[in-house]
Amino acid sequence: MEITTLVAGPVNFNVNALAANFWQLTIDGLAYGAIYALVAVGYTLVYGVLRLINFAHSEIFMLGMFGQYAVLMLLGFTPSGNVYAEGTLLTIVYLGIAMLGAMAVSGGAAVGLERLAYRPLRKRNAPSLVFLITAIGASFVIQEFVHYVLPQLTNNQLGGVNAQVPIRLVAPEEEFTLFGASVTNITLIILVSAFLLALGTDVFVNRTKFGRGIRAVAQDPTTATLMGVSRERVIILTFLIGGVLAGAAALLYTLRVPNGIIYSGGFILGIKAFCAAVLGGIGNLRGALLGGLILGVMENYGQVLFGTGWRDVVAFVLLILILMFRPTGILGETLGRARV
Amino acid sequence: MSRDDSDSAHDPGAVGAGAEVGEEYRHMSEESFGEGPVGPMILDEAVVVDVADVMPELANPEVVAEIVAPTREIDTRIGEPLVELDKVTVRFGGLTALDEVTFTINRGEILGLIGPNGAGKTTCFNAMTGVYRPTSGTVTFDHQVLAKLKRNQITRLGIARTFQNIRLFGEMTALENVVVGTDARHRTSVPGATFRVPRHRHEERDAIDRGMALLEFVGVGGRATEKARNLPYGDQRRLEIARALATEPKLLCLDEPAAGFNPAEKVALMDLIRKIRGDGYTVLLIEHDMRLVMGVTDRIVVLEFGKKIAEGVPSEIRDNPAVIAAYLGVPDDATA
Amino acid sequence: MTVASFNERSKGGVGDGFRGWWNSLARPAQWAFGVPVILFLAVLPLLNIPLLTTEGTNFGSVMAQFGMYALIAIGLNVVVGQAGLLDLGYVGFYAVGAYTVALLTSPDSPWNQTGDGGFLSKDWAWLACLPIAMAITALSGLILGSPTLRLRGDYLAIVTLGFGEIVRLLADNLEDITGGGRGLSQVAYPRVGVTPEFPLGVFSAGNVGKTLNSGVWWYWLSIVLIVIMLLFVGNLERSRVGRAWVAIREDEDAAEIMGVPTFRFKLWAFVIGAMIGGMSGALYAGQVQFVVPTNFNVVNSVLFLCAVVLGGQGNKLGVILGAFIIVYLPNFFLGRTEILGIPVNGSQIAEYKYLFFGLALMVLMIFRPQGLIPVRQKLLTYGRQLYVAARRRSKEEHAEVTK
Repeated sequence: MEITTLVAGPVNFNVNALAANFWQLTIDGLAYGAIYALVAVGYTLVYGVLRLINFAHSEIFMLGMFGQYAVLMLLGFTPSGNVYAEGTLLTIVYLGIAMLGAMAVSGGAAVGLERLAYRPLRKRNAPSLVFLITAIGASFVIQEFVHYVLPQLTNNQLGGVNAQVPIRLVAPEEEFTLFGASVTNITLIILVSAFLLALGTDVFVNRTKFGRGIRAVAQDPTTATLMGVSRERVIILTFLIGGVLAGAAALLYTLRVPNGIIYSGGFILGIKAFCAAVLGGIGNLRGALLGGLILGVMENYGQVLFGTGWRDVVAFVLLILILMFRPTGILGETLGRARV
Repeated sequence: MSRDDSDSAHDPGAVGAGAEVGEEYRHMSEESFGEGPVGPMILDEAVVVDVADVMPELANPEVVAEIVAPTREIDTRIGEPLVELDKVTVRFGGLTALDEVTFTINRGEILGLIGPNGAGKTTCFNAMTGVYRPTSGTVTFDHQVLAKLKRNQITRLGIARTFQNIRLFGEMTALENVVVGTDARHRTSVPGATFRVPRHRHEERDAIDRGMALLEFVGVGGRATEKARNLPYGDQRRLEIARALATEPKLLCLDEPAAGFNPAEKVALMDLIRKIRGDGYTVLLIEHDMRLVMGVTDRIVVLEFGKKIAEGVPSEIRDNPAVIAAYLGVPDDATA
Repeated sequence: MTVASFNERSKGGVGDGFRGWWNSLARPAQWAFGVPVILFLAVLPLLNIPLLTTEGTNFGSVMAQFGMYALIAIGLNVVVGQAGLLDLGYVGFYAVGAYTVALLTSPDSPWNQTGDGGFLSKDWAWLACLPIAMAITALSGLILGSPTLRLRGDYLAIVTLGFGEIVRLLADNLEDITGGGRGLSQVAYPRVGVTPEFPLGVFSAGNVGKTLNSGVWWYWLSIVLIVIMLLFVGNLERSRVGRAWVAIREDEDAAEIMGVPTFRFKLWAFVIGAMIGGMSGALYAGQVQFVVPTNFNVVNSVLFLCAVVLGGQGNKLGVILGAFIIVYLPNFFLGRTEILGIPVNGSQIAEYKYLFFGLALMVLMIFRPQGLIPVRQKLLTYGRQLYVAARRRSKEEHAEVTK
């Protein structure tokens, strides 16, 4: 058996398709990547401040998806194939409310997770392995909660084995073309919202007093405490920001993939977002954003180049490459340095 | 055991699984284990083994000294330079930590390296042991110029050290700690250990013999089976020295071994250092305690701001004005 | 990994007393006590003890699964518990082992060696493939470990997770070779004990419904392998390798400075863990005789980790207990409708197993991170005399104090 047939068979290496659809793939990739970026910020902030990989962050994202879904149901939308709200303005309002709902659920869950799972360990000065194991356990607990317990609590409206029947507020329509690639309204919404959120977060972390507190604790917790920064508050704030952004990302993701709302819908995405954070430089806010965008685009290219089944592998391959050749990430780690 | 873990915790490249692990457990145990039903809880019973019971030959100090004595092949003869620093300069970015430092350590002597805080003693020490590569100048160890080495290679070259803040393996017993040191010279492979090949058995027996002898040599023999974390502070320091000696070094570096000792313990430590030298080792001593340094060393090198300002026998150093100025400062009008 | 020291000081209770006694025994005495225990465990499925025997599923096959998990737990314990390397992709090694056997022996596979022209005979194919599977898995461990073990612990976890996923995706995507989602069927198994009652030999999956079914035979085979592995791992623990691992766990930098070649021994831990995982995978392939990618997912990796952490990371017997709990408990509840007269919906409880195990992990990490049976390792091959003397001495002192 030849190695070439081994590789060439299931792997297409379809360069032509890549060239033909390059701009479409890039633009769609950026939209997807924006979602990764928002989730990656949560990982990178928590790692910068606590040196902890919050494995359960993917479940925070998943809860956000359910949160916005629940809000929409409460607003009166019934789940069925296609539900398009009337008028642009009203749609935006509904989307806004849903996003706020997702942010609230995710943010609250993130803070709750910190209080319940991580704080007791911090009080006991546990080694990082213990934190990681707890994070994994929390991830499982939240997933299974949505899987089994939530249906019983909501009379089978939410949760369960199957994905939620989608509530689609926006019909994908092409707005304009760019370099021959069609840009839909959904893509625009995602890119614009993500940009505004990212900008807001960047300003918050780099220009405000609270952000300074985060950066101080990330650099040197002891001195920060001596300077009057409350470490506990900073930690809560960090988790909150990460959770809120994950909730926003959840709404944007549902726009893109309406039938992805299922208990296991966050897991793989979370891992990829973490890879994106490492890619850009763990602990580095802008690095997480950059890493997310790059990952989104690369995944698209990889999917066309090698075949659909290889899409998920791209994230791990990028991770391994960056860890081997530039372990501090593209924009560099900022553990102990000035920027978060 | 307290430890300064800030270096490895912030070093991006550090694979320091153990480094971030804080000493806080010690505090943790003090917090969550308070009083037992009958007064303070006895955490682990102090178990003192009678060594003569188990290994009768170790009751004789001469036998002990012989087992502990160095056996490694060494090119340098007694009295000749073992370590030579030749105009060693170490710069970190814009900061010059060492500036053309030149001195030698002769085989069989106890050399003291002193200087006020920030003088560059640690940098000098790291340059000597291959942890830093000098920006310029050379370090020669046993007739070989030192290149930048991995830390476990440095140990195999024949340089052993203790730590300023004790870094024992707390979970292991005293004997096991020392045996880890002897393991540095063992050559059993992993498959060999799995199948208990003869070399493995031989090295294991040898490890116990040598380990117990080392413990007896430094005076901790009775506590061989106690966990290192439970040993009294003085015994922990001695255990660290024993562990360093276990690696069969040509040069033993003691980094502030008397920190935290009372005067009686310091005297005992001086005796131990002399005993180590008497057994054939060369010792480098970094210390702050002047009386200890003056009392036990053969020669002293004094650093200040990265430069060597004096070198000589203790009596010369004691009266050297530059040294006195470095430690005590100069009256203002003298600098005007 | 100082989880042991993190919550050490568990007061010397029953466990320590037992350990002290056990450690004071000479080797032959230990065997004299151990063999009857092993024999008892072996005949457990045949005894059909009322509350213990599972109702919903066959007890023999449950014990066979336990045997596999126990092996995995021992292997993962070497990596996580001994060397302190968090490996979240251990299922990858399991998969490599299983697929090696399947690829070499399944008629569906293009690399089948049991047909005409192959070098394996149908009867002994499985046994022959066992060392091959271990070798290939060890190689994959070497390839994975070499670049990644220099990374921080957190990164290592993610990279190993990625490895596990990549193996699964490879198995799924390389359809021409692995059959993709269809999997590989009719994997070989040891064709032993062919009788009229068992026309395909005692190890065939087709033997169900009998007390001495294939599950029991696989269980016995796994017991043999477990005992051998325990011996080898025990030898390693009491050698410079085991000491190096504990030193690396405690303080890697200090270990390095004391002359321990840390990278080399970490890599060995990885490779040994991989080998044992591969062995277990081969067991799995032979047992169910059908290999699909869906089983080799992250969730199972986490379950393996759960077994190790629950039982007592670092303690090779503790993790076996952990494996037993992970395998047995859900099966205990499955299909059970009443316990001692109290009606209970067993199958539903069994469904919640991931929830319970996740909760168990979280609670355990807060209150008892060292697991059920904490590690108290012996690290010296010939240290028994000293410890006996110390124990005797402490007993004497204790007697004096309490007088």
